[in-house]
Amino acid sequence: MTEKKWPETWQEVNPGCMVFRPGSSREYHTGSWRAKRPLWDNAKCIKCGVCYIYCPEGCVTEDADGFFEANLDYCKGCGICAHECWPGAIKMVNEEE
Amino acid sequence: MGKRVGMEVAIASAEAAALCKFDVAAVYPITPQSHVAEHLSDIVNDGRVDASFITVESEHSALSAAMGASATGARVVTATSSQGLLYMHEVLPITSAMRLPIVMLIANRAISGPINIWNDHSDIMPQRDTGWISFFADNGQEVVDMTIQAFKVAEHREVMLPVNVNMDGFQLTHMVEPIIMPDQGEVDRFLPEYVPYATLHPDRPVSMGTLAMPEIYAEAQKAKNVAIVNSKKIILEVWKEWEKLFGRRYEPIQAYRTKDADVALVTMGSMGETAEIAVEELRKQGVKAGLLKIKLWRPFPFAELRKAVQGIRVLAVTDRACSFGGPGGPVFSEIRSALYEEPVRPAIVNYIIGLGGRDVQVEDFMEMVRQAARGKLSEPYVFYGVRG
Repeated sequence: MTEKKWPETWQEVNPGCMVFRPGSSREYHTGSWRAKRPLWDNAKCIKCGVCYIYCPEGCVTEDADGFFEANLDYCKGCGICAHECWPGAIKMVNEEE
Repeated sequence: MGKRVGMEVAIASAEAAALCKFDVAAVYPITPQSHVAEHLSDIVNDGRVDASFITVESEHSALSAAMGASATGARVVTATSSQGLLYMHEVLPITSAMRLPIVMLIANRAISGPINIWNDHSDIMPQRDTGWISFFADNGQEVVDMTIQAFKVAEHREVMLPVNVNMDGFQLTHMVEPIIMPDQGEVDRFLPEYVPYATLHPDRPVSMGTLAMPEIYAEAQKAKNVAIVNSKKIILEVWKEWEKLFGRRYEPIQAYRTKDADVALVTMGSMGETAEIAVEELRKQGVKAGLLKIKLWRPFPFAELRKAVQGIRVLAVTDRACSFGGPGGPVFSEIRSALYEEPVRPAIVNYIIGLGGRDVQVEDFMEMVRQAARGKLSEPYVFYGVRG
């Protein structure tokens, strides 16, 4: 079942715009805002996790080998991870050339 | 049965809130509201109601804390004045958008600058469009009655909106007046226990204060407007019930000797009582004067106004604030706009009076009626009594 993203009419708006379904903001994929994506060079990565700590979206996760990647459904491409990565293992690359 | 007492109106407003058994008060003191804040604090400290008093560091925090408390399902009261109300401004439209039934007692005072602590309505007028229901009281009895009514209206399932009760600073707040204070049993019969629509609770997840994208923001605003427009029906019902239980009648626009009136004054707040005396004096002199007192400012009672002005030749609308660079005072522009579509409508003149505590006496209102009888003033709106 696919739920509607937002009410169709003003009459369907809940009082106070309250949302009674928990976790619904997950369905809002902020990744569509992105112009650049972070690209990890695991040869340079020292697995310190700074990218994971600094990501304001909380969308950087650690894989089974201890390296990191971003969930592109939510990564806005802000570049904070690349800015903070002191070994210089993250590069921001254009989504489209 | 209620008891007739002599009580300072600010204290009486806090006592009225206590009769409503509020759960939380979040208040920051400011002249001339301070006695409300202090007395609410006393009431909680003395254990007269089972409530928390949140000592906040500002008015912005006062209303924010009030909202948080209200979201958990508490009955919440706050109070402020002037600069404090302006500092709260950012939070006011959020309170109404989140449909939190908070009651705010406002001791109306001029806004800075020049700095001035005395009474006018320039603090509440910038809050006009924030989606709060606004009551204006003429006297101490109305302050007490409206405070109790406010909780019932705000919490009604078909309303769920915050209400502010406006009482003129000093002219009302610091006056000791004879007031019939309802007893606890009467208030309990009138005001049921608050049953919130939804509350913040870990067992029943709910998001309040959500984000709205352009695709839904406009629908949300329309829904909010419909809510406050429709609240008038409930306000009228609550006032009818009040009259039945307590014998005191409340109307959105209270008419005083307007049946055969040629010229009618329009007032909002405590100056209505001075204007009543002016009407009596003018009648003794053979002038057919009348008075309309606005008690409900938002939602504005358009239908009641159109009915109330029938047969009146000239309306002399008084304002206690100015819309700088605009059409005159906010009450004036509202009334003129409300009557625009009427095939027969009175001439309407505007006096801006009583700014920053300037005294307006019986003779002043009489003079305003005499001038207004000509149907036109020297300017589109007049700062009455201003020297120069």
